[in-house]
Amino acid sequence: MCGIVGLFLKDKSLEPKLGQLLSDMLVTMTDRGPDSAGIAIYGGAADGKGKLTVQSANPATDFDGLGEALDDALGVKPAVSVKSTHAVIEVPADKLAEARAAIATLRPAIRVMGAGESVEIYKETGLPKDVVARFGVEAMSGSHGIGHTRMATESAVTTLGAHPFSTGADQCLVHNGSLSNHNNLRRELKREGMRFETENDSEVAAAYLTAEMAKGKDLGEALTGALDDLDGFFTFVVGTKSGFGVVRDPIACKPAVMAETDQYVAFGSEYRALVGLPGIETARVWEPEPATVYFWDHEKAA
Amino acid sequence: MPVFDLSQTPLRALNSALHGLSAGTNDTAFEVVNPRGHHAVAVGIDSPVTVEVRGSVGYYCAGMNDGGTVTVHGSAGPGVAENMMSGTVVIEGDASQYAGATGRGGLLVIKGNAASRCGISMKGIDIVVHGSIGHMSAFMGQSGHLVVLGDAGEALGDSLYEAKLFVRGTVKSLGADCIEKPLRPEHIEKLRELLDKAGVTDVQPEEFKRYGSARKLYNFNIDNAEAY
Repeated sequence: MCGIVGLFLKDKSLEPKLGQLLSDMLVTMTDRGPDSAGIAIYGGAADGKGKLTVQSANPATDFDGLGEALDDALGVKPAVSVKSTHAVIEVPADKLAEARAAIATLRPAIRVMGAGESVEIYKETGLPKDVVARFGVEAMSGSHGIGHTRMATESAVTTLGAHPFSTGADQCLVHNGSLSNHNNLRRELKREGMRFETENDSEVAAAYLTAEMAKGKDLGEALTGALDDLDGFFTFVVGTKSGFGVVRDPIACKPAVMAETDQYVAFGSEYRALVGLPGIETARVWEPEPATVYFWDHEKAA
Repeated sequence: MPVFDLSQTPLRALNSALHGLSAGTNDTAFEVVNPRGHHAVAVGIDSPVTVEVRGSVGYYCAGMNDGGTVTVHGSAGPGVAENMMSGTVVIEGDASQYAGATGRGGLLVIKGNAASRCGISMKGIDIVVHGSIGHMSAFMGQSGHLVVLGDAGEALGDSLYEAKLFVRGTVKSLGADCIEKPLRPEHIEKLRELLDKAGVTDVQPEEFKRYGSARKLYNFNIDNAEAY
């Protein structure tokens, strides 16, 4: 069992409250997943800038002087903002890959949680309320975000085993369920050049979508492909720089409920997660159909 | 009339009060406000009490109901009225998966749609859905009636025993051993009774098709041994 939540804002006036709304949704799902929690939040992208969210088990040593060290390596001084065990490093977008490579050399214990123009990813073991407080998620703003509370079944309770998983620029995925063909699919994706950080089944789903989108599919098309290529139980909520998608396997035993108003589209494992949203009393609330892809895109809507 | 505001009062207080009712009590009508998707609202009722729930509920609302009348003025999460023994449960909105699962008696009315596995393993309950139902509904249904005014999803009545299924709209597919059967006068009479109880006025029993068990899976068949 796990809990998943997602919130995609249509009304810009709600953007300063995204972190608050998403935090409340996540904490409500604590009893579905009390061992770890994570959140991916899509804040504003600054022109020409890229972001790396990184994590370290020893932030005091690993993050100390990291900005200066990267400055020496890249020839550009990055903005490093440390939040507990995580840090967000902002560099020019064209230096993102170079910065990632430099970190791997300079501070090999640092793990990259996610990269892109907009996404920031925070995840840790512990109760969702503590994870949310540790990173100050409530104060964050953004256009959309997804979150996960984990009750581990398939792999260890570790920071890297927590969701969301990010395997491509500005892409992330949260999963409730368990996949049965992930080992084989991981082998195939490795052959195609995808990199994996864990033995986790959900990371394979994320990497699958990244690989499909790299072939030119949009999020909706990639999710449709997942219905054919992924075997097992899943409710996925995924984010891209401007998009938000949901898909459930054909058996659909993992719970899901959605709500839509003029202001937002929201997802929760249970209706409980949605009750604090503004205007929920009059929202259109429905259970997403099995084997049916739902997705929204800020750029396509505009 | 006792009113329980679940944003102020723990769920346990509501359910304890319902369980503590003695015969002849004057507290026969309860109201629940701000259910906010709580699990297990009004489970285990065993007296002829009326409960009006003002809002949507989570898992297992009105489970094991024995004689109560529970109305949810909203939608219900998974497993509503699971294992009902007797009484009535009405959902004004939609119901999530396995509504009325394993129910042994009573009437479950869903005014919206029901998701997958509606009436799974039903054992005597009557279920009337004003809208449509999802896949694998009435799986291994043993007895009782499932009446659907809309459509049914894939694999309706898979491995069915003697539950009787009536669908007015289309059926996406029938499950193993489930077949269409003729609608005889006694079925029309039963349908009329159930539609009436469920407050359906503008639909005629003759508009439904009946589905039931072909009774080919009841016993092990030695001719199928090679298939295993």
